This record gives sequence, structure tokens and C-alpha cells, in this order.
Amino acid sequence: MMLKKIENMTQAEDAMLAASTTLGSDKERAAAADTLRAHGLPTRRIEAWHYTDLRNQLKAFPENTQSASKKQAEEWLAKCSEFLPAFRLAFLNGAYVEGPAEVLPAGLTLQTGMSNGGYRDATDAVALINTMLAADGVNISIDADAAISEPVELLHGVIGDSASACRHSIALGAGASANFIERHISENGQSAFSNTVTELSLEKGANARWIIVQEEGEQTNHLGQLNVTLGQDAQLEILVMNAGGQLVRREINVVVNGSNSDLSIRGVNLIGDGSHIDVTTSLFHEAPDTISNEIFRNVATGNGKGVFQGEIRVAKDAQKTDARMACNTLLLSDEAEYSAKPELEIFADDVQCAHGATVTDILDDHLFYLRARGLSERDARALLVKAFVEEVFDEVEEDDLRDNLNARIENWLDNHG
Amino acid sequence: MTMLEIKNLHVRIEEEGTEIINGLNLSVKAGEVAAIMGPNGSGKSTLSYALAGRDGYEVTEGEVLFKGENILEMEPEERAASGVFLAFQYPVEIPGVATINFLKAAMNSQRKARGEAEFTTPEFIRTVKEAAGSLNISMEMLKRPLNVGFSGGEKKRAEILQMALLQPQLCVMDETDSGLDIDALKIVADGVNALRSPDRAFVVITHYQRLLQHIVPDSVHVLYDGKIIRSGDKDLALHLEEFGYADIIADAA
Repeated sequence: MMLKKIENMTQAEDAMLAASTTLGSDKERAAAADTLRAHGLPTRRIEAWHYTDLRNQLKAFPENTQSASKKQAEEWLAKCSEFLPAFRLAFLNGAYVEGPAEVLPAGLTLQTGMSNGGYRDATDAVALINTMLAADGVNISIDADAAISEPVELLHGVIGDSASACRHSIALGAGASANFIERHISENGQSAFSNTVTELSLEKGANARWIIVQEEGEQTNHLGQLNVTLGQDAQLEILVMNAGGQLVRREINVVVNGSNSDLSIRGVNLIGDGSHIDVTTSLFHEAPDTISNEIFRNVATGNGKGVFQGEIRVAKDAQKTDARMACNTLLLSDEAEYSAKPELEIFADDVQCAHGATVTDILDDHLFYLRARGLSERDARALLVKAFVEEVFDEVEEDDLRDNLNARIENWLDNHG
Repeated sequence: MTMLEIKNLHVRIEEEGTEIINGLNLSVKAGEVAAIMGPNGSGKSTLSYALAGRDGYEVTEGEVLFKGENILEMEPEERAASGVFLAFQYPVEIPGVATINFLKAAMNSQRKARGEAEFTTPEFIRTVKEAAGSLNISMEMLKRPLNVGFSGGEKKRAEILQMALLQPQLCVMDETDSGLDIDALKIVADGVNALRSPDRAFVVITHYQRLLQHIVPDSVHVLYDGKIIRSGDKDLALHLEEFGYADIIADAA
């Protein structure tokens, strides 16, 4: 079949297609490239991209991605800071980096390398690009009833003006438990691109925490997607921190298809000058008696722009669903913007769904109260902003994890205050 | 020694453009408890905000001397560090800020501004525990976010705790009795009385005489239409309780 072609491809589209071609011409990759040629990247005319016009906002894509040499990779890995003590799997410029030999946690098996791509359609741009560009990743499976105590870290980095794309697949067997840290780092000044798609499945009674920490440089564009299926009695807590990047789209798609499952998503978006951070979540409640709780707190400074799109769909059979969603934003400058779009589609008749979005400035009452007690205006503002965002992580029980996330928030606020 | 000297003060609320304080004169000596009483709308809260330096309360004329120094050009935090304390009528709830952390930030900010060494954590905790105990405030309560979910009594006790910890020289209390039942009022009054000292002055702003049964004032001033229209001793408060403001207002007119 001949596909129609977009007349004028953007630099980013052309560069992505060229990069895809150099990776080989397997069928799936080639089909994805054809889809891009036919439709281009989505624009604001596509509803899911209304607030993030990917085609027009993705101004650049690296044309000369270099694969890191072994020496470069070793040097990079050696200077990567630790988030928390973890079993680390590192990816640099989209390729797995052999780390120091570590003993695999008992009950965990893994295989690095290419896994199958896939995307919904041309509007599923994050996965489409990933299918074109990913050449490495990791498949992890965790045995039924295995409890992996040490967190598993997936560390993604880019050096130079390069692109990185990875695809991961992680499966927790029935009753298994594990914690994961998905990190993304790069430096200011790099014109970089980073893209990951992760499939995560939790079987019956499995329990997991997935932490996404994105601290990329100010000229790194980031497109990430996490696709989850949640089985019966499964529990998943997703913590998100976006504290960097230029154009950032973070998608979280969860299909809740087992009854009595419990999903929590808590996130902080710290949006600096020149940054556009879009968090788009879709939760499909397909089974009865499930809970989802989603909260994002956002801070935008300078001309930073933020977007939250939160879709909740409750299927006809998903009775007694309890779904809550909140998105609260503090705008710290007149040029900062935030758009929040909740989207509820409810086909069951006995459910509780709540959503709320607020956009505010720091309250004068609060500021005056603190100043009247002796805090300088700057300190008072910093304390209020910190309190506003850190509340999201109040319920994280582990002190070291909560302190670590909060320290990163404080560090960002110090640098952007 | 005169602690507070207010001379011909005029204050305008910027947003409304109206002058609320209108040629107010008041002098309070060190060690004195001065009660300011007045009907609704007489300018009580405006006076307290103007003394603490709130934005939007514009002083158009007059002077406020604290220990002989004009404080009107000072920021709220500078006034606080120099020893002015406002106990709020409605202490604000600040989610996410643990009370104990706020107390530490406030105390150390003031110490730093005065060039004093900041408290170490053990020193700070010891000081807080001591002061909190006598106000019936548990350490558990201090771990909660500042004023969030506190009852009316807890909020006012927390204000007095801050006063006790910050050791100001001029305490302005804005309708501290509002929203308090009699037991809470007693605890708050005891807290205030414990802080009375020859080198500290209080301006107790209130609507009712009942607070003044517990915090016995040295002087009582009637505020009406932005001015002090009558001053006297504690018996003036009793007179107001019995007869209301009408005759005094009529005399002043």
C-alpha cells in the first residue's frame, strides 16, 4: 500500500527518519517510519496534543547521535550520582552500559537488548518515535512471590548532542514485590533527545513502586511513556518528579483490569524558564472495586509552561470504582502558564470519581504571616513553595526516599528562586 | 521609658482608598498593658496591621516610634526582628509547613537579623518544650502543619507560644479573645500574664471587656472612627461593658 507523504517534513522529523534508517530496516521500525512520513508528528489539531504541539514545538532533533565509547561510558557511569542505593541498569545514548558486575537479586531475571516496539496509531507519537529509534532496553521478570528488597534503577543518560531511545518491559509475577527507579539525566547545554517506553505489568497481588525522576538539561527534549496493566489485588504507587528538560511529555497509561487493585500516582512538576512540561495520564478502570488516587503539584517560574491532561475512564463493569484526581499549580511569575484538562468518561453507575484543578499564586495572607514572624520575603516564599510541592510526598513512608525527593525539590527551588 | 509612641497616625487601605485610621495618638510605656477597645469598624485591625507593616496599609501621615525609632519605613520582618509582635485575630493555616519547623525558621531568622547565633536543634527543642508545656501544647501538635485543623483555642495558644519563644518587646494582640471559650481564654490570658515584664509592653485590642478580667490593663483607650476618643484606667473598660460605647461617642462628637 502506498502511503501519502507529508509535503514539508520538519528538521526533527527528517532527522528522526534518518536516525531510524541507520538503525536498520526491520519491518516494525520501517512501518513506524512510514507512519511518521504519512502523518508527521501530531499538532495541536490532534486533541491529545492540543496543549503540546509536538510538531511545532519540537524544534530540534540531534542529527549526529554518537554511540558512547566504552571509556566514555565508564567515565560517565563513574560520575553519575546515586539516587538511592539500588541495583542499577544504565543506558547511555540509548545503549546498555555494562556496569560493575553485581549479583542479581534473587527472584529477578533480566535480559538486555531489543524488545518489540509498537504504538497505537500516528497520534501515539511517544511510542511511534520509540519504535523507530529504540535499539536497546531491558526485559525484567520477577518470580511469583519474590520480594526484591533492593530497588532496581533504570538510569538513562545522554552525552553530547545525541538522542537516546530505550524500550523496557517489566513483569511482576503473582504476589511479587519490587521497587523501581526510572531516572533521566543530561547536562545543560547539550542539545539532546531522550525517549523511553516502558511496559509494566503486575500480576495478581503484586506490589510495586515506580519512581520517575527526570532531571535533564535545559536543552534536552524528553518523551516518555509508561504503560501499566494492574491485576487483581495488585498495588502500585507511581511517584513522578520532573525537574528539568526543555519540551517534556510524560505519559502514564494504566489499565486497571483486576478487581481490588489500588493505584496511586503522586507527582511534582518543577517548570523553569524555557521549559514546557506536559504530564498526560490515562487510567482505564476495567474491573470492579478498584481505587485510583492521582495528585500532581506544579510550580512554574519564568515563562515556564505546564500541562496536565488526566483521563479517567470507568468501564460499565467497573462498579464501585473510587477514582480521585487533583492537580494544583503555583505560578511564580506573570509569564508562567499552566493548563489542566481533566477528562472523565464514566459508564458504570455506582462509582465515586472526583477531580479538581487549581492554579494560584502565593497567598498574601501566608506571606505576611511568615514575614510578621521574622522571615524575609525570599525565605517566606521559598518556605511556602517548598511546602506546597513537598506535601505530595508526605505520605511516602521511607524517610530516606522522601528526604531524597524533597532535597531535589529544594535544590531546584534554590536554583530557580 | 516609652516603648510605643504613635503620633497623628493616618492609615489608608490602598484597595478601598478609604482612610481608616484618622489622626491616632497613643503612648505606651515599657511594662504597660494598654487595652484598645472599640466598636466594629472603628479601625482596630487596621491599627494592628499598620503597626506590623502589612502591605496595602498605607500610612499617609504621622509617626510610629518604637523605642524612639520610627518603624514605618521598616519591612514586617525587620519590625519583627527589632521586637514587634502581632498576635493575629485569625492565625492563618499554612498546609505543608510543620509548626515546629516554622518556629525554628522564625526564631533563627530573627536571631540572624539581630546578629545573634542561630539556635542549635537541641537548644531549640529544649526551649520549645519548656514554653509549650506551660501552654498545654503537646509536641505532637507542633508536628502538625501550622494552624491546619487547629481549634480556635489551639490557634491562639500557638500564637502565645510564638510570643513566648520570640520574646518581643511590643506585643500587639488583635482580638485574641475572639473564638475562645472560657477555658481557652484563661490559658491564653495566663500565658500573656506570664510574659508581662517591666521591659515589655502590650497593646491588647479587644471588643469585649471579658479578656480584660484576665489580662488586667494599666490603661484603656477607646478607638472610634480611627481616633482615640477617650483614655482611662481599667474602670473605663467596666464602664463600656455596662453602658456600651454610645455615651462616649456622643461626648466626643
